Amino acid sequence: MENSPLFKSGHTACAGCGQAIAARLVVEAAGANTIIANNTGCLEVFSAKYPETAWGVPWIHSLFENSAAVASGIEAALIYLGKKDTINVIAQGGDGGTADIGLQALSGMLERGHDILYICFDNEAYENTGIQRSGLTPYGTNTTTSPPGKQSIGNFRPKKPMPEIALAHGIPYVATASAGFPQDLTRKVKKAISIKGPKYIQVHVPCPLGWRHETNQMLTVAKLAVETGLYPLFEYENGVLANRKQIVPKPVQEYLKSQGRFKHLLDNPEEIKKIQEIADNNIKKYNLKLEA
Amino acid sequence: MKEFVEGSHAVAQIIKACQPGVISAYPITPQTHIVEDLAQIVANGELKAQFVNVESEHSAASVVLGASATGVRVYTATSSQGLFYMQEVIFNIAGMRLPVVMTCANRAISAPINIWNDQQDSISLRDAGWFQIYAEDNQEAVDFHLIGYRLAEDKRVMLPVMVCMDGFILTHGMETVDIPEQDKVNKFLPNYNPLYKLDPAEPISMGLLADPDYYMETRFAIQETMKASLGYLSEISREFNAVFGRDYKDLLVEEYQTKDADKVIVAMGSVCGTIKEAVDEQRAKGKKVGLLRIITYRPFPYARVYEALKDVPRVAVLDKAVSLGAYAPIAVEMKAAFYGKKKGPKVISSFVGGLGGRDITLESIHEVFRRLTAKEVNSDFIDLKPELLKEDTRS
Ligand SMILES: Cc1ncc(C[n+]2csc(CCOP(=O)(O)OP(=O)(O)O)c2C)c(N)n1
Ligand SMILES: [Mg+2]
Repeated sequence: MENSPLFKSGHTACAGCGQAIAARLVVEAAGANTIIANNTGCLEVFSAKYPETAWGVPWIHSLFENSAAVASGIEAALIYLGKKDTINVIAQGGDGGTADIGLQALSGMLERGHDILYICFDNEAYENTGIQRSGLTPYGTNTTTSPPGKQSIGNFRPKKPMPEIALAHGIPYVATASAGFPQDLTRKVKKAISIKGPKYIQVHVPCPLGWRHETNQMLTVAKLAVETGLYPLFEYENGVLANRKQIVPKPVQEYLKSQGRFKHLLDNPEEIKKIQEIADNNIKKYNLKLEA
Repeated sequence: MKEFVEGSHAVAQIIKACQPGVISAYPITPQTHIVEDLAQIVANGELKAQFVNVESEHSAASVVLGASATGVRVYTATSSQGLFYMQEVIFNIAGMRLPVVMTCANRAISAPINIWNDQQDSISLRDAGWFQIYAEDNQEAVDFHLIGYRLAEDKRVMLPVMVCMDGFILTHGMETVDIPEQDKVNKFLPNYNPLYKLDPAEPISMGLLADPDYYMETRFAIQETMKASLGYLSEISREFNAVFGRDYKDLLVEEYQTKDADKVIVAMGSVCGTIKEAVDEQRAKGKKVGLLRIITYRPFPYARVYEALKDVPRVAVLDKAVSLGAYAPIAVEMKAAFYGKKKGPKVISSFVGGLGGRDITLESIHEVFRRLTAKEVNSDFIDLKPELLKEDTRS
């Protein structure tokens, strides 16, 4: 890929990092008139290590859990300065910084109605600190704090329904996206910033190190999550399901066997059945199935 | 303009005159009256500011951080648990060199939960890289906010300022206060015009990761600025006096009857009013006693303290906070100020009083002078109730 003036190459992300690609797509879609507040996490660490920065837009990192509040302050300042109509404000963070420790700040931001786009880069664990389980880690996953063992199948809870939590705030736009579908992600970011008010997009971003897949398999893995129904792509506008990506559902095994983090489940039909049920529920709920 | 007003109201009036563009706060007693007043002022259209009602103090501090980084003057206020909940952000604001001004309406720390005054909250955040300036009365509380903005936004400084005022005693106390007129405020406090800000016209990155090759210098730079600021404070104080006719001298300490004194109490905040009365009473009886009031606690004015007390034989430090398991906070600084020096008090005794709103009376102060003997004491609690100590107080 050629160099981007808004997210420059030379950062220190791992090879095949889905978050690096998605972050670049987000800022490019938003354009140069954007200010970003970033939570602590992999993205912040690999993109902004003094004295270098990958960011070609104004960018600020404060703490792990407060990007939504920092962005609220930026937005308030822009309103005061009379510049809000020409500048987009994005708050972004990982799944841990969003769904766990930063949930309160995010909820406040959504409830107060700030004109901010919040992006959650969902790599389904606390990757920056060494692949610990978060509230968005999927059922059955092997992480360093949800290891399988005689008494455990791995992470014993399903993903926290973050998009629904965001939606419950009555905000005008909620969407999921995936690093495996770059054009879809770009379109959603563009649409989100055209809408006034709080917006939430959760982007599924594979992490080769944490998920244990080959670095060149990033796109394949990301696509499989969507194609199995485990990571449904949808858009809610003003509380109504406006769009979803329809699929010819593949069995979840195809996704599970693509990554080391699910390896312990592959000879456990009972657990695979449970995960298939999660996919089936998504397929039903969002009406994902393409009719032949 | 002179007004007989509540302290919180007076503070809200001066904040209005300082014209912050973004205000964010979360309610906690005894800070509430200040921000309620400001909310009304904004609602009335008397101040063109964004008032952001957040869901926590962590977010209040984060909102003003973000707004300040965007190049706008900001204000927040809190107390006690709220300040502690902000702690992470408090350090962050200083590390990012953002000129945030906040009020700490000083209140005790839980447990046991207690809404009344002491200074444990702000003192516990002494290492954060914020100026800490303590008001004795509400005129000072007002003036120190104005001075605070001027100091924080000084290009040589660019550090946050915490104006500390004793909860209830000052925040809810009625006094006649001269509230600076807008034109004079404008003369003293120029518009905020930062060197760096988040602006798409000139994109910069803020809050970068600094590895061991770079981190220490950021701390050193703040340390050096703090030291140099001891001098800037007297400079700003002179200019303040020229515009408003109130002379806070060097803004570091106030010497009250210390010149020929053989016993001096060192203290901070509103209790100094009571101490001055006690000093007057004892002076009337021919006793050579005095008060050294610490106004600026961070940076700590070691050299000024040394000059003021080098010939005083006995000093009593009265802290309204404790460092449990160690010497009381101001007492530690006082000992440091004289260690290894040629001159200085023979005795620096340390007393702890007024915790959780326990009244420090004139009699309490006389008792401190009485206990200031040739035998040095450390963290000696005053006004304890012996009858309560017999019971199990762990509950
Ligand atoms: C208050 C606080 N707690 C914990 C940490 C340590 N920490 C830094 S990044 C991180 C993990 C980030 O996970 P996530 O938000 O999912 O982002 P990722 O690194 O996976 O992209 C943690 C736990 C911190 N910096 N601050
Ligand atoms: Mg993560």
